[in-house]
Amino acid sequence: MAAPCVFWGAAVSYRLFLGGRVSLALRQGVWKAAAAELQILRLRHTTGVTAKKNVAALRRETYTVDFIKKQIEEFNIGKRHLANMMGEDPETFTQEDIDRAIAYLFPSGLFEKQARPIMKHPEQIFPKQRAIQWGEDGRPFHFLFYTGKQSYYSLMHEAYGKLLDVEKRQNQLQAKGLFSEKTKTKDLIGSRWLIKEELEEMLVEKLSDQDYAQFIRLLERLLTVECSAEEEEFVQRFRRSVTVQSRKQLIEPLQYDGQGMAFSTSEGKRKSAKAEAIVYEHGSGRIKVNGIDYLLYFPVTQDREQLMFPFHFLDRLGKHDVTCTVSGGGRSSQAGAIRLAMAKALCSFVTEEEVEWMRQAGLLTADPRVRERKKPGQEGARRKFTWKKR
Amino acid sequence: MAPAASVSRLLGAGVCAGPLRPRLLQSATPGRARPSGRTLASAATPAVREPEGSIDLNDRILNEPLKHSDFFNVKELFSVRSLFDARVHLGHKAGCRHRFMEPYIFGSRLDQDIIDLEQTAAHLRLALNFTAHVAYRKGIILFVGRNRQFSHLIETTARDCGEYAHTRYFKGGLLTNAPLLLGPKVRLPDLIIFLHTLNNVFEPHVAVRDAAKMQIPTVGVVDTNCNPCLITYPVPGNDDSPPSVHLFCRLFQTIINRAKQKRRHMEALYRLQGQEGPGARGGGPAHPPSLGAYPGDRSSPLPEESGSHACP
Repeated sequence: MAAPCVFWGAAVSYRLFLGGRVSLALRQGVWKAAAAELQILRLRHTTGVTAKKNVAALRRETYTVDFIKKQIEEFNIGKRHLANMMGEDPETFTQEDIDRAIAYLFPSGLFEKQARPIMKHPEQIFPKQRAIQWGEDGRPFHFLFYTGKQSYYSLMHEAYGKLLDVEKRQNQLQAKGLFSEKTKTKDLIGSRWLIKEELEEMLVEKLSDQDYAQFIRLLERLLTVECSAEEEEFVQRFRRSVTVQSRKQLIEPLQYDGQGMAFSTSEGKRKSAKAEAIVYEHGSGRIKVNGIDYLLYFPVTQDREQLMFPFHFLDRLGKHDVTCTVSGGGRSSQAGAIRLAMAKALCSFVTEEEVEWMRQAGLLTADPRVRERKKPGQEGARRKFTWKKR
Repeated sequence: MAPAASVSRLLGAGVCAGPLRPRLLQSATPGRARPSGRTLASAATPAVREPEGSIDLNDRILNEPLKHSDFFNVKELFSVRSLFDARVHLGHKAGCRHRFMEPYIFGSRLDQDIIDLEQTAAHLRLALNFTAHVAYRKGIILFVGRNRQFSHLIETTARDCGEYAHTRYFKGGLLTNAPLLLGPKVRLPDLIIFLHTLNNVFEPHVAVRDAAKMQIPTVGVVDTNCNPCLITYPVPGNDDSPPSVHLFCRLFQTIINRAKQKRRHMEALYRLQGQEGPGARGGGPAHPPSLGAYPGDRSSPLPEESGSHACP
């Protein structure tokens, strides 16, 4: 109610102003009375303002160029003050020093790292925005401005232009008879295409899924034809390297016992069972669990199969001796925990390629499934109470 | 030469919004503070008044082209023969014919419609002349086309003449709801040139109707299956063959560059004259531009055709 009231008040006051210009004595008296009434009305209606939500603030905040410039100046001055406070040289005060100083001056126990106090350059805090796209005479700067998505379409235009150039060059070579059908396999392994969010961030524009798919298709088409270094570089701008997963696998170091026998230890978990396994390099396939032979500890075949799996996968069934301790859980989860521990321990005796195979087979991944809690109003985690129609 | 007559000759086709357009463009030209009325001038004179000379100069720069029928020498750019060689006369089959294109069709041969190139030449001259005048007055020109085969070419043409292009998916309220989609104080195009009037499903492009709604004049290449109604300067011709589209793109690019070059010359000329002093101002280039005045364009001008009956 406050907003419409304000507009109405503004309109009336405008009319009042115009009316005042005509200025007849009679009318002035009437207008003054009306103005006084309006004041009272305004007072009555503005009390509701604080209760209403501020609609203007819900719109996306746009920061002007001047505001950002001012923020940058303030940041630089603040950086120097901070350096002086910490007793360091303001000229050589880097971002890491700033972070350390802030962590020292404002210690925070909050778990969420992004909620702790930060002092960073305004470019990293305020989201990147578009400046005004046209000059003083109103003419836009970019020739594809009227499409709405100028950066994306100009990128498509550029990529298609490169494709046409390549095809033209190939046609010319073919006409001269110098065309050779060599297809060099490009090194695409170890890199991936940009994801849609990364592309949006690069172009500072919203994209749809179809747009993104079209763009990737065009780049792939550009890759299939033979292109020169310039075009290769253009395509590589949109590829990111991917860390090879297997290098993350931690391989336990080998240890040696009194007799000179090499062994390796590691742990494994499954549901609430915890296990620790020691795998010896040479042996005859004997497994001892908590001091008891595995055949007696695990009477069920399924559990013993689980224990067998890592060795069977690597064709080392009767070649290693294992001693393990396990606690918690039930029979199946204890078996799973020991299996994980044994597989991890085996990594030390095996080549990197085989470690990668084990990882892909799922032997080195801890099973994340745990018991789901029971919810109120239901009989179990998922099971609902019997529904009765009446 | 009365301004009304020159304007009517310029616009030719008796469009009712015509006489308003030059005046609107004049008032929209930036950097001109024309005093609204002599009566109110006494109130705020010293700050607002411009030197009399520059208003006069601007008027002369803008009015000079309107005094000649073919200021930009459009007729030397093409001939009926060159249109024929570029296969502009080839239309679609008789079954695809649009009813309103019948006046422009010469006849049909083996069930394929042939467009009358005499009419095409006349319309094209009008369209190119109008485009040149808009470019001379620093208007924004938008090239629109939805045929994927020529999308890259149209965009390259637009970029080379310093104008704008839109050959992609046309969002609904781009022209009618521009403040929301493009920005609060955006300037809309002053002319839209359609290289293809239909979109990919053989329906009229949305921009034709929206430009008519927003009172933006349009120039469009209309094929035998297109609707020429809402287009201000239709040019009947083939919009599917590569040589034809290449020819149209080349013509528009040439004429826009020529018009901009002419504007730069006129401004330089009048600035020089202004510096020399008001006494030396002797009427400016009252003579129509000579045929060899455009060094960047084609070498041999074509003989004058009897195209004086330009208004249909």
